[in-house]
Amino acid sequence: MPSALINVPAKAKRGDIIEIKTLMSHIMETGYRHTASGDSVPRDIITSFVCRFNGNEIFRADLFPAIAANPFFSFFTTVTESGKFEFEWVGDKGFSESASASITVE
Amino acid sequence: MDESTRREFLALAGGAAMLAVTLRPAEATPATMAAAIRNVTGGEPVKTGKVKLDVPPLVENGNTVPMTVSVASPMAPEDHVRSIHVFNEKNPQPNIGNFYLSPHAGRAQVSTRIRLADSQKVVAIAKLSDGTFWSASVDVIVTLAACTEDVI
Repeated sequence: MPSALINVPAKAKRGDIIEIKTLMSHIMETGYRHTASGDSVPRDIITSFVCRFNGNEIFRADLFPAIAANPFFSFFTTVTESGKFEFEWVGDKGFSESASASITVE
Repeated sequence: MDESTRREFLALAGGAAMLAVTLRPAEATPATMAAAIRNVTGGEPVKTGKVKLDVPPLVENGNTVPMTVSVASPMAPEDHVRSIHVFNEKNPQPNIGNFYLSPHAGRAQVSTRIRLADSQKVVAIAKLSDGTFWSASVDVIVTLAACTEDVI
C-alpha cells in the first residue's frame, strides 16, 4: 500500500518561513536491473511531485531513476495565511497518490 | 593465411572489438551530462557560485545518498531561483532531478535522497529569475554502487 508521510508545522506566525518534509513509499525501480535469469526489470518510478498551497503551486519536482526509493523531499515556503497544503505524486503504471496538511497562521 | 590478410583480419577484429565496446549498455558520460545540462541552459553560460551542493564526499551505500542544494538568493519576486537541476556523470541517465521553486519559497533550499551508481561528479545548476545559471559540483566516492545491481 502506498502511504505518505507529511511533516508540516500545525501553526506558524504570518511571514514565517516553514520547512515542509514529505516521504512517499515507493520502490522506485530504475529499469536498469536484471533478474537472476537475465530478464530486465521494467522501470516503475514516481515521475513527478507537486505541492500546492490553497490551490497555488509552490513546489514541483521531476523525478528520475536516480532518486532513491521512498522519495523524500524537504523544501521551504513563506506562509501568509491559514490554509491547506496538497501534495500529489504521479508515476509509472498509473501511480497517483495525494495527501494534504493544514496550517493555522496567526 | 599470408601476412597481409592476417593483418587485415586483425584490423577487422580490432574494429569489431571497438564497436562492441561502444555498444555496451547506455551509461551517462561527462559528454551526455554536458548534453543534459545544455538541454536545461539552452547553451547559456553557467557560472560557478551562489549554489551550495551538500553531498557526503564518501558514500558507503549508493542506494540512498542524502543531498541538499541551497542557493544564495533573497527569494523576492524580482530576484529568485526559478529552478534547480541536478546531474551526474556515471549513472545510466545523466539527470537526477529537477526542482521548480516559487518566489514565495523564502529559502532556496531543497533536500532529497539520490542514487549513485559509481564514484563520480554530481553537478547542481540553479536557474535564476534574471535568466542566469549558476552551478556547484562535488566529487563523490561510492563504495557500494546503486541502480544496476541484479535482483536476487
